[in-house]
Amino acid sequence: MSARETYLLDRCKLEDSHTLAVYRANGGYKALEKVLKGGMGWAEVIEEVKASGLRGRGGAGFPTGLKWSFMPDPAKDPRTRYMAVNADESEPGTCKDRVLLREDPHGLVEGCLIAAYAMRLDAVYIYVRGEYRKPYDRVQAAIDEARAAGLVGANVMGTDFSCEIHMHKGAGAYICGEETGLMESLEGKRGHPRPKPPFPAGFGLWGQPTTVNNVESIFNVPFILDRGAQWFRSLGTEASPGNFLCGISGHVAKPGVYEVALGTPARQILDELAGGVWKGRQLKAWFPGGSSTGLLPASLIDTPMDHDSIKGIGSMFGTGAMIMLDETACTVRASQVLARFYDHESCGQCSQCREGTQWLHQIFRRIEEGRGTMADIDNLERLARGMAPGKTICALADAAAIPTLAALKHFRHELVEHVERGCCPFKKGGASAAPAAAEVHA
Amino acid sequence: MAFPEKLRAELEQLCTKYPDRKAGLIPALHRCQEELGGWISPEIMEACAEFFGMEPVEVYGVASFYPMFKLKPTGKHVIGVCHNISCDLRGADDVIEHVCKRTGAPVGGNSPDGKFTVEVLECQGACANAPMFDLDGTYHEDLTPEKIDAILGGLS
Ligand SMILES: Cc1cc2nc3c(=O)[nH]c(=O)nc-3n(C[C@H](O)[C@H](O)[C@H](O)COP(=O)(O)O)c2cc1C
Ligand code: SF4
Ligand code: FES
Repeated sequence: MSARETYLLDRCKLEDSHTLAVYRANGGYKALEKVLKGGMGWAEVIEEVKASGLRGRGGAGFPTGLKWSFMPDPAKDPRTRYMAVNADESEPGTCKDRVLLREDPHGLVEGCLIAAYAMRLDAVYIYVRGEYRKPYDRVQAAIDEARAAGLVGANVMGTDFSCEIHMHKGAGAYICGEETGLMESLEGKRGHPRPKPPFPAGFGLWGQPTTVNNVESIFNVPFILDRGAQWFRSLGTEASPGNFLCGISGHVAKPGVYEVALGTPARQILDELAGGVWKGRQLKAWFPGGSSTGLLPASLIDTPMDHDSIKGIGSMFGTGAMIMLDETACTVRASQVLARFYDHESCGQCSQCREGTQWLHQIFRRIEEGRGTMADIDNLERLARGMAPGKTICALADAAAIPTLAALKHFRHELVEHVERGCCPFKKGGASAAPAAAEVHA
Repeated sequence: MAFPEKLRAELEQLCTKYPDRKAGLIPALHRCQEELGGWISPEIMEACAEFFGMEPVEVYGVASFYPMFKLKPTGKHVIGVCHNISCDLRGADDVIEHVCKRTGAPVGGNSPDGKFTVEVLECQGACANAPMFDLDGTYHEDLTPEKIDAILGGLS
């Protein structure tokens, strides 16, 4: 993988990469200058982002330029316009936005400014998960520096373009990463996702037109404007251009956040960047893109990491966060840990999700502890099919149900083995550390 | 309870970021928790309700939704160990056991001397540096038993 072209993490490797001085010395704010002073119209900026084929890095892979074009025409709709940058990063396994926020915050600020120009926004809010204290402080400091340099606020770079960027701190709830949950939370309420339609471009923050984008998506924008859509398309695949940040964790020798071109085979990322499976062991299973994407068997590890290829094997690219399980890991245990997570994080508005996540958690726990029955295994499937797809207000129910179905499809034999033996065949001793909650019974 | 003047001024300033003052509630609760004793007491909720023109129960509804807000007094040091998938795969259970043993605090509770609170957390976005815990708002990553001992041993 020697000839890989990188750009996302290049600056992060420099000392004081988070400061304006280093950012500027390495081409920072050049794209903004080109846009504002080079006579680019807002429509041209959107066209360039569209032409680049950039797809959202927050999980759904929606084309960013297309999303921007959904914002209503201000000539016909004079309401206040916002963007919310999604820095809630809470999908288990995902740890990439944190690197950008902490090490290269000006890249995000510049991206926000270009997005604001293109969508003719009044203000941008960056919603950072509350636990990310240092990343939050770094981005706030970058905004302050940029403001002092005339890059944020009124008359950016002496032009008539003005834009405010505000930081906002969340308080630790996964559901606030869902775009409408995020908006409710930003308004000071519980993070209850809203039914859609109406979509955010029509009715977003405080009922005004709003676009929600992930940190890494926005971070790509200055590179696209600076180097051009054609350059961007020279990386990655036809349907998924560009590089992405791959957080790889679990049972690997060198876990980390690596920059790779979309379409790079998962095995290559595992072996060449993450140093292979740790302790000389074999791979048993892996998640391609965060916990919501479902466990895959080791036999599928040659699949290219891009949206279409991963969809082709019945999973999802998600956040591109690979989680690796070696031969000693228990897939039932992994399913139980995640079922517990979704049970904990369900906001409770939809009965299928509120009840379903609770049942999935309890059944997986029962099976993992050796108390499960064959009927439990069938019930997992019935429950999961009742929860998804698209049966609830938001996709959290799908995120809980789809991995359950994937575990049943690829690793049913491990569930059966737990039931037949009456214990976990992989346990090294000790029950789950989770405080046992009272079980519900039908 | 009334907010100390400096904090009140800061909260006023914070609300100017938003077209609707109420959007300042969650950042305000953070500042209150940081400045006023480490947890959101009923008195803080009442003061916030007054400040934002809400009912106390509305403030409670928001505060209780978010795991970062503590609704009970905590120990002097709060240790939150991540027990989600990437950390679980790299020994989060052992970390939890070790931390509980060293501090004397049970999972979800305080140590008898009131010095520690230990809790388990969902994914903290540090998965590539698992296992990890958050100690009083700072992440400690790539934990080993020796590293945990060194960190906890250095606390007063
Ligand atoms: C339950 C749930 C949690 C989510 N969490 C995040 C998150 O933490 N960060 C993120 O960027 N997107 C998250 N998303 C996806 C967002 O809803 C949204 O699609 C994304 O922020 C859009 O940005 P993008 O188009 O730039 O990817 C989540 C979605 C769901 C259903
Ligand atoms: S699917 Fe679950 S998390 Fe999403 S709105 Fe419904 S109850 Fe809440
Ligand atoms: S799983 Fe522990 S930090 Fe992500």
